[in-house]
Amino acid sequence: MGNLHSVAKALEKVGGQVELVSDADALKNYDRIVLPGVGAFRDCVAALKESGMDAALKEQLAAGKPFLGICLGMQVLMDVSYEFGRYPGLGLIPGAVKPFPADHPQRGFKIPHMGWNDVVISAAKETHPVLAPLAGSQVYYVHSYCCMPANPEHLLAACSYGDYPFAAAIGRDNIVAVQFHPEKSQRAGLALLEAFHQWNP
Amino acid sequence: MLSKRIIPCLDVAHGRVVKGVQFVDIIDAGDPVEAAIKYDQQGADELTFLDIRASHESRGTLYHMVTEVAEHVFMPLTVGGGVKALADIEGLLHAGADKVSINTAAIFTPELVKQAAERFGSSTIVVAIDAKSVDDHWECFTHGGRKPTGINAVEWARRMSDYGAGEILLTSMDADGTKNGYDIPLTRAVADAISANVVASGGVGTLEHMAEGLKAGGADAVLAASIFHFGTYTIDEAKQFLAAQGIPVRQIKGYSE
Repeated sequence: MGNLHSVAKALEKVGGQVELVSDADALKNYDRIVLPGVGAFRDCVAALKESGMDAALKEQLAAGKPFLGICLGMQVLMDVSYEFGRYPGLGLIPGAVKPFPADHPQRGFKIPHMGWNDVVISAAKETHPVLAPLAGSQVYYVHSYCCMPANPEHLLAACSYGDYPFAAAIGRDNIVAVQFHPEKSQRAGLALLEAFHQWNP
Repeated sequence: MLSKRIIPCLDVAHGRVVKGVQFVDIIDAGDPVEAAIKYDQQGADELTFLDIRASHESRGTLYHMVTEVAEHVFMPLTVGGGVKALADIEGLLHAGADKVSINTAAIFTPELVKQAAERFGSSTIVVAIDAKSVDDHWECFTHGGRKPTGINAVEWARRMSDYGAGEILLTSMDADGTKNGYDIPLTRAVADAISANVVASGGVGTLEHMAEGLKAGGADAVLAASIFHFGTYTIDEAKQFLAAQGIPVRQIKGYSE
Protein backbone atom coordinates (compact mmCIF):
# COMPACT_ATOMS: atom_id res chain seq x y z
CA MET A 1 0.00 0.00 0.00
CA GLY A 2 0.94 3.65 0.01
CA ASN A 3 2.65 3.26 3.33
CA LEU A 4 5.16 0.74 1.97
CA HIS A 5 5.90 3.02 -0.94
CA SER A 6 6.42 6.02 1.35
CA VAL A 7 8.77 4.11 3.64
CA ALA A 8 10.80 2.89 0.67
CA LYS A 9 11.04 6.39 -0.82
CA ALA A 10 12.06 7.93 2.51
CA LEU A 11 14.77 5.31 3.04
CA GLU A 12 16.06 5.95 -0.48
CA LYS A 13 16.10 9.66 0.29
CA VAL A 14 18.58 9.04 3.13
CA GLY A 15 20.82 6.82 1.01
CA GLY A 16 19.31 3.37 1.46
CA GLN A 17 18.81 0.82 -1.28
CA VAL A 18 15.41 -0.70 -0.69
CA GLU A 19 13.86 -3.92 -1.90
CA LEU A 20 10.45 -5.28 -1.03
CA VAL A 21 10.92 -8.83 0.23
CA SER A 22 8.04 -11.29 0.01
CA ASP A 23 10.10 -14.50 -0.05
CA ALA A 24 11.06 -15.47 3.52
CA ASP A 25 14.18 -17.33 2.36
CA ALA A 26 15.51 -14.12 0.79
CA LEU A 27 15.45 -12.15 4.05
CA LYS A 28 18.96 -13.33 4.95
CA ASN A 29 20.39 -11.55 1.88
CA TYR A 30 19.85 -8.06 3.31
CA ASP A 31 21.86 -5.93 5.74
CA ARG A 32 18.95 -4.46 7.64
CA ILE A 33 15.23 -5.03 7.91
CA VAL A 34 12.33 -2.57 8.07
CA LEU A 35 8.82 -3.76 8.84
CA PRO A 36 6.19 -1.10 8.15
CA GLY A 37 2.55 -1.91 8.45
CA VAL A 38 -0.91 -0.56 8.11
CA GLY A 39 -4.09 -2.50 8.64
CA ALA A 40 -5.26 -4.90 11.31
CA PHE A 41 -2.98 -6.73 13.75
CA ARG A 42 -4.52 -10.15 13.22
CA ASP A 43 -4.21 -9.99 9.41
CA CYS A 44 -0.63 -8.79 9.59
CA VAL A 45 0.53 -11.54 11.96
CA ALA A 46 -1.38 -14.15 9.92
CA ALA A 47 0.33 -12.97 6.73
CA LEU A 48 3.77 -13.09 8.37
CA LYS A 49 3.12 -16.64 9.55
CA GLU A 50 1.64 -17.85 6.29
CA SER A 51 4.65 -16.67 4.31
CA GLY A 52 7.11 -18.10 6.84
CA MET A 53 8.36 -14.55 7.34
CA ASP A 54 7.85 -14.77 11.12
CA ALA A 55 10.43 -17.55 11.48
CA ALA A 56 12.83 -15.92 9.02
CA LEU A 57 12.52 -12.61 10.84
CA LYS A 58 13.20 -14.19 14.25
CA GLU A 59 16.25 -15.97 12.81
CA GLN A 60 17.67 -12.75 11.34
CA LEU A 61 16.99 -10.77 14.52
CA ALA A 62 18.68 -13.45 16.62
CA ALA A 63 21.66 -13.16 14.28
CA GLY A 64 21.89 -9.46 15.19
CA LYS A 65 20.59 -7.77 12.05
CA PRO A 66 19.41 -4.17 12.64
CA PHE A 67 15.62 -4.01 12.62
CA LEU A 68 13.16 -1.12 12.48
CA GLY A 69 9.44 -1.69 13.04
CA ILE A 70 6.99 1.08 12.19
CA CYS A 71 3.46 1.46 13.61
CA LEU A 72 1.81 -1.93 13.14
CA GLY A 73 5.32 -3.25 12.45
CA MET A 74 6.05 -2.29 16.07
CA GLN A 75 2.85 -3.72 17.51
CA VAL A 76 3.32 -7.19 15.99
CA LEU A 77 6.55 -7.60 18.00
CA MET A 78 4.54 -7.87 21.20
CA ASP A 79 3.13 -11.04 22.83
CA VAL A 80 -0.51 -10.23 22.35
CA SER A 81 -2.92 -7.63 20.95
CA TYR A 82 -6.46 -6.81 21.98
CA GLU A 83 -7.41 -5.26 18.63
CA PHE A 84 -10.80 -6.71 17.56
CA GLY A 85 -10.34 -9.70 19.92
CA ARG A 86 -7.26 -11.29 21.43
CA TYR A 87 -4.52 -12.35 19.06
CA PRO A 88 -0.96 -13.53 19.67
CA GLY A 89 1.91 -11.52 18.21
CA LEU A 90 5.49 -12.49 17.42
CA GLY A 91 6.56 -12.36 21.08
CA LEU A 92 9.85 -10.59 20.40
CA ILE A 93 9.16 -7.91 23.04
CA PRO A 94 7.18 -8.98 26.13
CA GLY A 95 3.96 -7.07 26.66
CA ALA A 96 0.57 -6.30 25.13
CA VAL A 97 -1.06 -4.00 22.57
CA LYS A 98 -4.08 -2.20 24.01
CA PRO A 99 -6.51 0.52 22.91
CA PHE A 100 -6.62 4.03 24.34
CA PRO A 101 -9.09 4.25 27.26
CA ALA A 102 -12.70 3.92 26.08
CA ASP A 103 -13.67 7.30 27.58
CA HIS A 104 -10.88 9.18 25.80
CA PRO A 105 -13.13 10.76 23.11
CA GLN A 106 -15.62 11.96 25.75
CA ARG A 107 -12.76 13.68 27.50
CA GLY A 108 -11.85 15.52 24.31
CA PHE A 109 -9.19 13.21 22.93
CA LYS A 110 -10.29 12.01 19.53
CA ILE A 111 -9.54 8.50 18.32
CA PRO A 112 -7.45 7.70 16.33
CA HIS A 113 -4.61 9.65 17.92
CA MET A 114 -3.72 11.48 14.72
CA GLY A 115 -1.20 14.23 14.30
CA TRP A 116 2.10 15.57 15.56
CA ASN A 117 3.09 14.75 19.11
CA ASP A 118 6.19 14.45 21.27
CA VAL A 119 8.75 11.70 21.50
CA VAL A 120 10.37 11.79 24.92
CA ILE A 121 13.44 9.59 24.96
CA SER A 122 13.88 7.57 28.16
CA ALA A 123 16.61 8.98 30.41
CA ALA A 124 18.77 5.88 30.11
CA LYS A 125 18.38 5.78 26.31
CA GLU A 126 19.18 9.38 25.38
CA THR A 127 22.28 8.32 23.50
CA HIS A 128 20.49 5.61 21.52
CA PRO A 129 21.97 6.16 18.05
CA VAL A 130 18.67 5.76 16.18
CA LEU A 131 16.54 7.91 18.48
CA ALA A 132 18.99 10.61 19.56
CA PRO A 133 18.41 12.73 16.40
CA LEU A 134 14.75 13.12 17.39
CA ALA A 135 15.44 15.01 20.62
CA GLY A 136 13.11 18.01 20.89
CA SER A 137 11.15 17.23 17.69
CA GLN A 138 7.55 16.20 17.20
CA VAL A 139 6.66 13.27 14.98
CA TYR A 140 3.53 12.13 13.15
CA TYR A 141 1.30 9.52 14.81
CA VAL A 142 -1.78 7.72 13.49
CA HIS A 143 -3.01 4.90 15.71
CA SER A 144 -5.76 3.72 18.02
CA TYR A 145 -3.76 1.05 19.87
CA CYS A 146 -0.58 1.29 21.93
CA CYS A 147 2.25 -1.04 22.94
CA MET A 148 2.65 -1.68 26.67
CA PRO A 149 6.06 -3.29 27.12
CA ALA A 150 6.23 -5.42 30.28
CA ASN A 151 9.90 -4.66 30.87
CA PRO A 152 10.66 -0.94 31.44
CA GLU A 153 14.10 -1.59 29.93
CA HIS A 154 12.39 -2.05 26.55
CA LEU A 155 10.75 1.38 26.63
CA LEU A 156 13.01 3.62 24.55
CA ALA A 157 10.74 6.67 24.28
CA ALA A 158 7.30 7.73 25.47
CA CYS A 159 4.49 10.03 24.38
CA SER A 160 1.27 11.15 26.06
CA TYR A 161 -2.14 11.60 24.51
CA GLY A 162 -4.17 13.58 26.97
CA ASP A 163 -2.98 12.23 30.32
CA TYR A 164 -2.46 8.75 28.90
CA PRO A 165 1.20 7.80 28.41
CA PHE A 166 2.17 5.20 25.84
CA ALA A 167 5.27 3.79 24.17
CA ALA A 168 6.54 5.95 21.30
CA ALA A 169 9.50 3.64 20.75
CA ILE A 170 10.51 0.25 22.10
CA GLY A 171 13.44 -2.03 21.50
CA ARG A 172 16.36 -4.04 22.70
CA ASP A 173 19.75 -5.01 21.27
CA ASN A 174 19.40 -4.71 17.47
CA ILE A 175 15.65 -3.97 17.53
CA VAL A 176 14.07 -0.52 17.36
CA ALA A 177 10.36 -0.05 16.78
CA VAL A 178 8.36 3.16 16.68
CA GLN A 179 4.66 3.91 16.94
CA PHE A 180 4.89 7.07 14.81
CA HIS A 181 5.59 7.28 11.09
CA PRO A 182 9.15 8.46 10.36
CA GLU A 183 8.31 8.37 6.64
CA LYS A 184 5.66 11.05 7.32
CA SER A 185 7.56 13.06 9.93
CA GLN A 186 9.43 15.35 7.56
CA ARG A 187 12.96 16.25 8.67
CA ALA A 188 12.74 14.55 12.07
CA GLY A 189 11.58 11.32 10.47
CA LEU A 190 14.25 11.39 7.80
CA ALA A 191 16.87 11.99 10.52
CA LEU A 192 15.70 8.83 12.31
CA LEU A 193 15.77 6.80 9.10
CA GLU A 194 19.22 8.07 8.26
CA ALA A 195 20.42 7.13 11.75
CA PHE A 196 18.91 3.66 11.35
CA HIS A 197 20.60 3.31 7.96
CA GLN A 198 23.96 4.02 9.66
CA TRP A 199 23.26 2.00 12.82
CA ASN A 200 25.64 -0.79 13.80
CA PRO A 201 24.23 -2.26 17.02
CA MET B 1 1.08 17.36 23.75
CA LEU B 2 -0.76 16.67 20.52
CA SER B 3 -0.39 19.67 18.24
CA LYS B 4 -3.19 21.33 16.35
CA ARG B 5 -2.54 20.87 12.65
CA ILE B 6 -2.18 23.56 9.98
CA ILE B 7 -3.11 22.17 6.58
CA PRO B 8 -2.68 24.04 3.30
CA CYS B 9 -5.26 22.87 0.79
CA LEU B 10 -4.40 22.68 -2.86
CA ASP B 11 -7.37 22.54 -5.20
CA VAL B 12 -6.24 20.74 -8.31
CA ALA B 13 -7.70 20.26 -11.77
CA HIS B 14 -6.02 18.25 -14.52
CA GLY B 15 -2.90 17.92 -12.33
CA ARG B 16 -2.53 21.69 -11.77
CA VAL B 17 -3.20 23.73 -8.62
CA VAL B 18 -6.17 26.08 -8.79
CA LYS B 19 -8.19 27.92 -6.16
CA GLY B 20 -11.82 28.74 -6.55
CA VAL B 21 -13.37 31.73 -4.84
CA GLN B 22 -16.79 30.55 -3.68
CA PHE B 23 -16.14 27.66 -6.10
CA VAL B 24 -16.42 29.94 -9.15
CA ASP B 25 -13.59 32.08 -10.74
CA ILE B 26 -10.61 29.75 -10.92
CA ILE B 27 -7.06 31.14 -10.99
CA ASP B 28 -4.07 29.00 -11.84
CA ALA B 29 -1.59 29.12 -8.94
CA GLY B 30 0.99 26.59 -9.90
CA ASP B 31 2.51 23.18 -10.00
CA PRO B 32 1.46 20.71 -7.27
CA VAL B 33 4.91 19.24 -6.65
CA GLU B 34 6.53 22.66 -6.33
CA ALA B 35 3.76 23.84 -4.03
CA ALA B 36 4.08 20.71 -1.90
CA ILE B 37 7.83 21.19 -1.56
CA LYS B 38 7.32 24.83 -0.60
CA TYR B 39 4.85 23.87 2.14
CA ASP B 40 7.05 21.01 3.31
CA GLN B 41 9.93 23.47 3.75
CA GLN B 42 7.67 25.88 5.63
CA GLY B 43 6.71 23.09 8.03
CA ALA B 44 3.09 22.49 7.06
CA ASP B 45 1.73 19.65 9.16
CA GLU B 46 -0.11 17.99 6.33
CA LEU B 47 -1.27 18.66 2.78
CA THR B 48 -4.70 18.22 1.27
CA PHE B 49 -5.30 17.93 -2.47
CA LEU B 50 -8.84 18.22 -3.75
CA ASP B 51 -9.47 17.41 -7.39
CA ILE B 52 -12.27 19.82 -8.25
CA ARG B 53 -12.61 18.62 -11.84
CA ALA B 54 -12.45 14.94 -11.06
CA SER B 55 -13.69 12.69 -13.80
CA HIS B 56 -13.15 9.10 -14.73
CA GLU B 57 -10.80 10.20 -17.53
CA SER B 58 -8.63 12.30 -15.21
CA ARG B 59 -8.10 9.56 -12.57
CA GLY B 60 -4.76 8.56 -14.05
CA THR B 61 -3.53 12.16 -13.99
CA LEU B 62 -4.46 12.47 -10.31
CA TYR B 63 -2.75 9.19 -9.34
CA HIS B 64 0.35 10.28 -11.18
CA MET B 65 0.32 13.65 -9.41
CA VAL B 66 -0.07 12.02 -5.97
CA THR B 67 2.80 9.64 -6.65
CA GLU B 68 5.02 12.52 -7.77
CA VAL B 69 4.20 14.55 -4.66
CA ALA B 70 4.69 11.56 -2.33
CA GLU B 71 8.15 11.00 -3.78
CA HIS B 72 9.20 14.56 -2.94
CA VAL B 73 7.65 15.32 0.43
CA PHE B 74 7.54 13.13 3.51
CA MET B 75 4.41 14.30 5.26
CA PRO B 76 0.79 13.19 5.50
CA LEU B 77 -1.20 13.66 2.29
CA THR B 78 -4.97 13.72 2.02
CA VAL B 79 -6.50 13.45 -1.43
CA GLY B 80 -10.13 13.84 -2.45
CA GLY B 81 -12.37 14.62 -5.37
CA GLY B 82 -14.56 12.27 -7.34
CA VAL B 83 -14.03 9.32 -4.99
CA LYS B 84 -16.95 6.99 -5.72
CA ALA B 85 -15.86 3.45 -4.97
CA LEU B 86 -13.50 1.33 -2.90
CA ALA B 87 -11.33 0.98 -6.01
CA ASP B 88 -10.84 4.78 -6.14
CA ILE B 89 -9.72 4.79 -2.50
CA GLU B 90 -7.39 1.87 -3.04
CA GLY B 91 -5.94 3.59 -6.12
CA LEU B 92 -5.22 6.81 -4.24
CA LEU B 93 -3.73 5.05 -1.21
CA HIS B 94 -1.59 2.99 -3.53
CA ALA B 95 -0.46 6.13 -5.36
CA GLY B 96 0.83 7.52 -2.06
CA ALA B 97 -2.10 9.20 -0.30
CA ASP B 98 -2.34 8.62 3.46
CA LYS B 99 -5.96 9.61 3.69
CA VAL B 100 -8.72 9.74 1.12
CA SER B 101 -11.57 12.21 1.34
CA ILE B 102 -15.05 11.10 0.31
CA ASN B 103 -17.68 13.77 -0.34
CA THR B 104 -20.70 13.34 -2.62
CA ALA B 105 -20.41 9.55 -2.80
CA ALA B 106 -20.84 9.33 0.98
CA ILE B 107 -24.20 11.11 0.66
CA PHE B 108 -25.44 8.75 -2.05
CA THR B 109 -23.78 5.60 -0.68
CA PRO B 110 -23.17 5.94 3.08
CA GLU B 111 -22.19 2.26 3.25
CA LEU B 112 -19.11 3.11 1.19
CA VAL B 113 -17.67 4.91 4.24
CA LYS B 114 -18.30 1.92 6.49
CA GLN B 115 -16.79 -0.51 4.00
CA ALA B 116 -13.81 1.76 3.38
CA ALA B 117 -13.09 2.18 7.10
CA GLU B 118 -13.27 -1.58 7.59
CA ARG B 119 -11.05 -2.33 4.60
CA PHE B 120 -8.46 0.45 4.87
CA GLY B 121 -8.75 1.58 8.51
CA SER B 122 -10.51 4.59 10.03
CA SER B 123 -7.36 6.66 9.98
CA THR B 124 -7.31 6.61 6.17
CA ILE B 125 -10.92 7.71 5.66
CA VAL B 126 -11.98 11.35 5.67
CA VAL B 127 -15.55 12.43 4.96
CA ALA B 128 -15.83 15.91 3.50
CA ILE B 129 -18.99 17.79 4.42
CA ASP B 130 -20.04 20.98 2.62
CA ALA B 131 -22.53 22.61 4.96
CA LYS B 132 -24.74 25.65 4.51
CA SER B 133 -26.98 27.40 6.99
CA VAL B 134 -30.67 26.69 6.28
CA ASP B 135 -33.26 28.13 8.67
CA ASP B 136 -32.11 27.19 12.18
CA HIS B 137 -29.66 24.42 11.25
CA TRP B 138 -26.95 23.43 8.78
CA GLU B 139 -27.58 21.25 5.79
CA CYS B 140 -25.26 19.15 3.62
CA PHE B 141 -24.84 20.34 0.04
CA THR B 142 -23.25 18.57 -2.90
CA HIS B 143 -21.78 19.60 -6.24
CA GLY B 144 -19.65 22.40 -4.85
CA GLY B 145 -22.48 23.80 -2.78
CA ARG B 146 -25.08 23.96 -5.55
CA LYS B 147 -27.35 21.05 -4.63
CA PRO B 148 -29.14 20.78 -1.29
CA THR B 149 -29.60 17.30 0.17
CA GLY B 150 -32.01 17.95 3.03
CA ILE B 151 -29.55 16.20 5.36
CA ASN B 152 -28.72 17.83 8.71
CA ALA B 153 -24.97 18.40 8.64
CA VAL B 154 -24.32 17.79 12.35
CA GLU B 155 -26.31 14.57 12.35
CA TRP B 156 -24.55 13.52 9.17
CA ALA B 157 -21.14 14.13 10.74
CA ARG B 158 -22.15 11.96 13.70
CA ARG B 159 -23.30 9.17 11.40
CA MET B 160 -20.11 9.30 9.34
CA SER B 161 -18.00 9.22 12.52
CA ASP B 162 -20.02 6.23 13.73
CA TYR B 163 -19.46 4.55 10.35
CA GLY B 164 -15.73 4.76 10.96
CA ALA B 165 -14.54 7.96 9.28
CA GLY B 166 -11.43 9.03 11.18
CA GLU B 167 -11.78 12.65 10.20
CA ILE B 168 -14.43 15.11 9.05
CA LEU B 169 -13.33 17.85 6.66
CA LEU B 170 -15.97 20.44 7.42
CA THR B 171 -16.40 23.26 4.94
CA SER B 172 -18.84 26.09 5.52
CA MET B 173 -20.28 27.01 2.13
CA ASP B 174 -21.51 30.28 3.64
CA ALA B 175 -18.03 31.27 4.78
CA ASP B 176 -15.97 29.80 1.94
CA GLY B 177 -14.22 32.48 -0.08
CA THR B 178 -15.37 35.34 2.17
CA LYS B 179 -12.18 35.64 4.26
CA ASN B 180 -14.46 36.51 7.18
CA GLY B 181 -13.48 33.48 9.26
CA TYR B 182 -14.60 29.89 9.77
CA ASP B 183 -18.22 29.24 10.72
CA ILE B 184 -17.49 28.83 14.43
CA PRO B 185 -20.96 27.68 15.63
CA LEU B 186 -21.01 25.01 12.90
CA THR B 187 -17.48 23.85 13.70
CA ARG B 188 -18.18 23.71 17.42
CA ALA B 189 -21.47 21.84 16.92
CA VAL B 190 -19.74 19.14 14.86
CA ALA B 191 -16.64 18.94 17.08
CA ASP B 192 -18.82 18.41 20.14
CA ALA B 193 -21.00 15.81 18.41
CA ILE B 194 -18.41 13.33 17.16
CA SER B 195 -15.43 11.23 18.26
CA ALA B 196 -13.61 11.66 14.92
CA ASN B 197 -11.17 14.50 14.22
CA VAL B 198 -12.55 17.73 12.78
CA VAL B 199 -10.78 19.88 10.21
CA ALA B 200 -12.27 23.38 9.91
CA SER B 201 -12.42 24.80 6.40
CA GLY B 202 -13.83 27.72 4.51
CA GLY B 203 -13.53 31.44 5.18
CA VAL B 204 -10.12 31.91 6.75
CA GLY B 205 -8.67 35.34 6.03
CA THR B 206 -6.47 36.09 9.01
CA LEU B 207 -4.44 34.24 11.61
CA GLU B 208 -6.99 35.26 14.25
CA HIS B 209 -9.51 33.20 12.28
CA MET B 210 -7.29 30.14 12.66
CA ALA B 211 -7.05 30.66 16.40
CA GLU B 212 -10.86 30.98 16.59
CA GLY B 213 -11.38 27.76 14.60
CA LEU B 214 -9.10 25.84 16.94
CA LYS B 215 -10.19 27.41 20.22
CA ALA B 216 -13.85 28.48 19.97
CA GLY B 217 -14.54 26.04 17.13
CA GLY B 218 -12.85 23.13 18.87
CA ALA B 219 -11.31 21.88 15.61
CA ASP B 220 -8.32 19.54 15.63
CA ALA B 221 -6.89 21.12 12.50
CA VAL B 222 -7.47 24.12 10.25
CA LEU B 223 -7.38 24.10 6.49
CA ALA B 224 -6.50 27.13 4.42
CA ALA B 225 -5.74 27.79 0.80
CA SER B 226 -5.46 31.30 -0.59
CA ILE B 227 -3.88 32.97 2.45
CA PHE B 228 -0.97 30.57 2.05
CA HIS B 229 -0.98 30.24 -1.73
CA PHE B 230 -0.74 33.96 -2.31
CA GLY B 231 1.83 34.47 0.42
CA THR B 232 -0.33 36.54 2.76
CA TYR B 233 1.15 34.44 5.57
CA THR B 234 3.69 31.64 5.78
CA ILE B 235 2.95 28.48 7.74
CA ASP B 236 5.64 29.51 10.18
CA GLU B 237 4.01 32.91 10.79
CA ALA B 238 0.72 31.13 11.42
CA LYS B 239 2.34 28.80 13.93
CA GLN B 240 4.14 31.55 15.78
CA PHE B 241 0.88 33.46 16.07
CA LEU B 242 -1.04 30.42 17.31
CA ALA B 243 1.70 29.48 19.78
CA ALA B 244 1.53 33.00 21.21
CA GLN B 245 -2.22 32.42 21.74
CA GLY B 246 -1.39 29.34 23.83
CA ILE B 247 -2.45 26.89 21.11
CA PRO B 248 -0.22 23.81 20.89
CA VAL B 249 1.45 23.74 17.47
CA ARG B 250 4.53 22.02 16.13
CA GLN B 251 7.36 24.47 15.67
CA ILE B 252 10.22 23.58 13.42
CA LYS B 253 13.66 24.13 14.86
CA GLY B 254 15.85 26.36 12.77
CA TYR B 255 13.18 27.21 10.22
CA SER B 256 13.89 30.34 8.28
CA GLU B 257 12.21 31.76 5.24
